[in-house]
Amino acid sequence: MADNAQPRLVANGICKSFPGVRALHEVNLRVFPGEILALLGENGAGKSTLMKILAGVQKPDAGTIEAEGVVIPVGSVQEALRQGIALIHQELNLATNLTVGANIFLGREPHRYGWIDEKAIAAESRRVLDLVGLEIDPSREVGDLTLGQMQLVEIAKALSVNARVLILDEPTSSLSARETDRLFAVMGDLRERGVSLIYISHRLAEIQRMADRVTVLRDGLNAGELSRTEISHDAMVRLMVGRDVSRVYQRTAGTPGATVLELKEVRTPANPSQSVSLQVRAGEIVGLAGLIGAGRTELLEALFGVTPPLAGEIRVEGKPLQPQHPRDAVRGGLALVPEDRKKQGVVLAESVRRNLSLASLERDRLRGFLLNEAAESEITSRMIRELRIKTPGEEQPVRFLSGGNQQKVVIGKWLAMSPRVFLLDEPTRGIDVGAKQEIYQLMETLAASGAGILFVSSELEEILGLADRVLVMHEGRLTGELSRGELSEERIMTLATGGPAGASRANGSDHQA
Amino acid sequence: MKRIIGIAVLLLVVYLATWIMADAFSGRAVFMSGYNQENLLRRIALYGILGIGVSLVIITGGIDLSLGSVVCLVGVGVPWLAVGQGWPMPVVLLLALVLPLAIGLGHGLLVTRLRLQPFIVTLCGLLIYRGVTRGFTQDQTAGFGNGFKALRWLANGEIPLFSGFGIPVPLLILGVVAALVAVFLNRTIYGRYLLALGNSEEAARFSGIQTDRMVIVAYVICSFLAGLAGLLFVLDVNLAQPVDFGNFYELFAIAAAVLGGCSLRGGTGTVLGVLAGTALIQVLRNMINLVFPAYQNMEYAVIGLVILAGVVADELAKRAVARQKAGS
Repeated sequence: MADNAQPRLVANGICKSFPGVRALHEVNLRVFPGEILALLGENGAGKSTLMKILAGVQKPDAGTIEAEGVVIPVGSVQEALRQGIALIHQELNLATNLTVGANIFLGREPHRYGWIDEKAIAAESRRVLDLVGLEIDPSREVGDLTLGQMQLVEIAKALSVNARVLILDEPTSSLSARETDRLFAVMGDLRERGVSLIYISHRLAEIQRMADRVTVLRDGLNAGELSRTEISHDAMVRLMVGRDVSRVYQRTAGTPGATVLELKEVRTPANPSQSVSLQVRAGEIVGLAGLIGAGRTELLEALFGVTPPLAGEIRVEGKPLQPQHPRDAVRGGLALVPEDRKKQGVVLAESVRRNLSLASLERDRLRGFLLNEAAESEITSRMIRELRIKTPGEEQPVRFLSGGNQQKVVIGKWLAMSPRVFLLDEPTRGIDVGAKQEIYQLMETLAASGAGILFVSSELEEILGLADRVLVMHEGRLTGELSRGELSEERIMTLATGGPAGASRANGSDHQA
Repeated sequence: MKRIIGIAVLLLVVYLATWIMADAFSGRAVFMSGYNQENLLRRIALYGILGIGVSLVIITGGIDLSLGSVVCLVGVGVPWLAVGQGWPMPVVLLLALVLPLAIGLGHGLLVTRLRLQPFIVTLCGLLIYRGVTRGFTQDQTAGFGNGFKALRWLANGEIPLFSGFGIPVPLLILGVVAALVAVFLNRTIYGRYLLALGNSEEAARFSGIQTDRMVIVAYVICSFLAGLAGLLFVLDVNLAQPVDFGNFYELFAIAAAVLGGCSLRGGTGTVLGVLAGTALIQVLRNMINLVFPAYQNMEYAVIGLVILAGVVADELAKRAVARQKAGS
């Protein structure tokens, strides 16, 4: 990118409001040919809205968009596509029941005499699939591909309509490390070919690796811009949050007490041939690291009775637990803060009050089945106060809370039950930087009050900063255990990829090594 | 509460319009007569019981298409067994209450354990129960003749209020049913569970709620109330033909629930709303009867159009509110 080159796409003074929210105010953005621009910001900073406006999905209240120096009509997907602007959503927009080729040509199938020209589809699909380095057969069904492959098919589809500006919304959020590498290689290749890429991500390390320039949004405003040489972790965080925050959270270690959770050779339906043994002590925060698909979520869900374990022994404070349903696990003293907060953690349409009391209604009931509204009110106001849940009121639907506050509602729901063990699955996923710190502090407080904590995280920084001890999973089994002193990114990654145990202590719990 | 203001206003408008058109055009009190009002209330009571039942299933995100056939099964079965086959009435009544419970349990188990779609399960129910009834009775009309006067009082009796008007007994039964279901929905933990799982089954289950059991309970209550309504219907009209007794009742019930604010996606619904929705449909039928007797055959079309208009108006109102908020 040269500074005197003409920008391929320019957004000037974009404003957009939604009911009760000013999403964007006077936002500017430029992207040059052959450049990877990272768009960064906390959740709710307005990134997605801006991308939708660029792609014509939404119409701005004010502002203009120029492509190659010419002002283009806003709010029209057709117009954006004509200018070669393509948006690739975080949730992929592919018809999984159709073939790769059919997806690439969806809605613009080449035809002769009314018949679809399969030969043309195959040839053109081959060409664009080669561009993204995918060697799959275009006649395969998309549903059979991995997520990473689907992502590349989406990009191929955009290239087949001659996209010159590709907007990627958190493209790596559900990819494995290898798939991410591959995607980045493709992105680099496209940059060489002069394609402009706008890339949204929360993963600062990835941005550092890939971006030529970073534009940061904060609260719907331009917060700043970093050129290639200025990009650093601290600089990005500073622009995002508008203040300095320490790079990683640093836990103040406590002294763990007696064992509260004990697993002996537990087998889960997801990985029936593997077994897991582990212990968590009171006041201890144990991190469960591993790659996506390592079976961590499946282990937590088995413990919690969502998909009951096939075999093995579970003890909570010495008492045996056979979870056949989450209710058994709750009664046994477990709490699960699930991975998919919006679907599994909260009832989005219901109020803060109803969500906070949902788990404890049965315990607090009157005369066998009546609601105990006094207890419900007490729990609601106590949790809002103690967890500092930001909500206009108890009756506010949880849907309208920020991700961090929704997560606090999930934790508050369980806190009301005083569980002995908290299982947290990606507790800060999709939560902005400031709120993450609050969740970390909350986890420490829970541990300090004597609960045992087992948490899954795919963010190594989080594991490094928070865990007293780390267990690493690979393909359904534990491949190692690292104490706080032994923790390092390399060691965790080595174990997570099933590599040699290296410096780590042998776990001894897996008889299927 | 906000959700039912629209339907309450619509009900009032249709009620007043019917009154004005019917009575002013004829110069006589045909709508506002004690006889007509009593009958109107009686029909609201009978259909209201069905509507309340199906609203519980709709709250879970399900649907029950078999109501009309359960009405037929019980409505035809009771006189057929008691009069035609000479079974003792207490045994027949017990069967009339227990059989629907078993039917609801079956629906609930199929929906939760086998994860079958409620639409399919209850569509099969619709066909099976009517077919069974027609088969057993050989399509013969069943009725009580001049017997069982005391029992029939439950459906056609009244508590005299002033000359020419009394409270129909079924309205009192509806009052009891409505109060019980309202308490269930709003004051018990199980009502809370039902609403929560209707909004998000997964989130409710992940909170330790036995969602399958709650769904089964909803289907059981729904079928039970359909059986109760079937019994009252036949006690009221005295004669029941297996071919068409209860035909389309499930659709009136579902329409009333939807008009009353139940979303077919689940998670919302109030007893008062369903009652208002039921009343609206019955007043409409009354209007067609009294004001446009020549268009009797158009009844379904008119009701269909009004329901459609109601749902469209509701949707437009919601969008207007959203736009207003956006503008502020």
